[in-house]
Amino acid sequence: MEKLRANKRLQLLLGLVSGIVFGFLLQRGGVTEYDVIVKQLLLRDFIVVKIMLTAAVTGMVGVYALQSVGLATLHPKPGSVGATVVGGLIFGVGFAVLGYCPGTVAGAVGQGALDALLGGVVGILLGAGLYAVIYPWLQRKLLSRGDFGAVTLPEALGLHPWIVVPPVAAILVAALYWIERAGL
Amino acid sequence: MDMLYQARWSPYVVGIGIGVLSWLTFLLSDKPLGCSTAFSRTAGMIERLFRGEKVLQRPYYKKTVPQIEWQWMLVLGVLIGAFLSTLLSGTFQWTWVPGLWATTFGAAPLGRWAVALVGGVLMGLGSRWAGGCTSGHGISGTLQLTLSSWLAAFCFFAGGILAAHLIF
Repeated sequence: MEKLRANKRLQLLLGLVSGIVFGFLLQRGGVTEYDVIVKQLLLRDFIVVKIMLTAAVTGMVGVYALQSVGLATLHPKPGSVGATVVGGLIFGVGFAVLGYCPGTVAGAVGQGALDALLGGVVGILLGAGLYAVIYPWLQRKLLSRGDFGAVTLPEALGLHPWIVVPPVAAILVAALYWIERAGL
Repeated sequence: MDMLYQARWSPYVVGIGIGVLSWLTFLLSDKPLGCSTAFSRTAGMIERLFRGEKVLQRPYYKKTVPQIEWQWMLVLGVLIGAFLSTLLSGTFQWTWVPGLWATTFGAAPLGRWAVALVGGVLMGLGSRWAGGCTSGHGISGTLQLTLSSWLAAFCFFAGGILAAHLIF
């Protein structure tokens, strides 16, 4: 497995193939469409949340199982109030205004959405470039405010992952069941 | 095989598919699914074309090197995968303005383009600020039970729901 992961050319190919599968699934799910994203944010239908929660439950069980047998390493992202909350809210406003996200915008381009190409992709590149410019200043002023590190829920609780994964998975499945029963 | 030609799949089928895909990317590539870093790298590569090597001195590009790597290929793949999907289902279509936008604000492309550009800038800025997007935090982070990712996903939706209700 180490050899496979270190093979750069093969990894580029695996990235491409994974992306093709990911894009195919996102498109079939409908989330590469502006209307589906905006209707989710208007709370008129819940396709986006259903896909995300189902992926989280499925992924969680498998990835934690792989980790338990030493075949996967977790990569939790660090967080802080200054980075995660402020950045997350800016992202949220962008999510509603653009109606795509960085992954689904690529899928939207693939299905012929010209607003995704000429507005979305160009805008995200400008925004990401702008972030690189202001990053040193943000890092000094804001990003470390309320730092809580790169921790997972089992680590934060000091519990074995398999004490935490089943109840969390059950809660997410219950949430999906409730959304479905509410007719959303 | 009929399923391959259907335009829309159940969100549960799609979600399970993405979950299983995550197992494979963790196993084979030691990578969580994520998309927004690729936009930073591309922005760096474009800026480098115009301003040369000194762009690489920016502290952000020292930690996120502007180059083509696994995730960059993933985002390219998403574009191709969505294209193939619409090709198989016969739903590929060039569109200037999304339906819901057109019925609310009219079908003029220029207005939608300008608003999409502004939204894109906010999204590019916000995703890098928060350290991830709807895939990196919203799917890959939540499935690892990462605290920052659950908080980020909550903020994505809080900001998004508020802004969407103000717009429509």
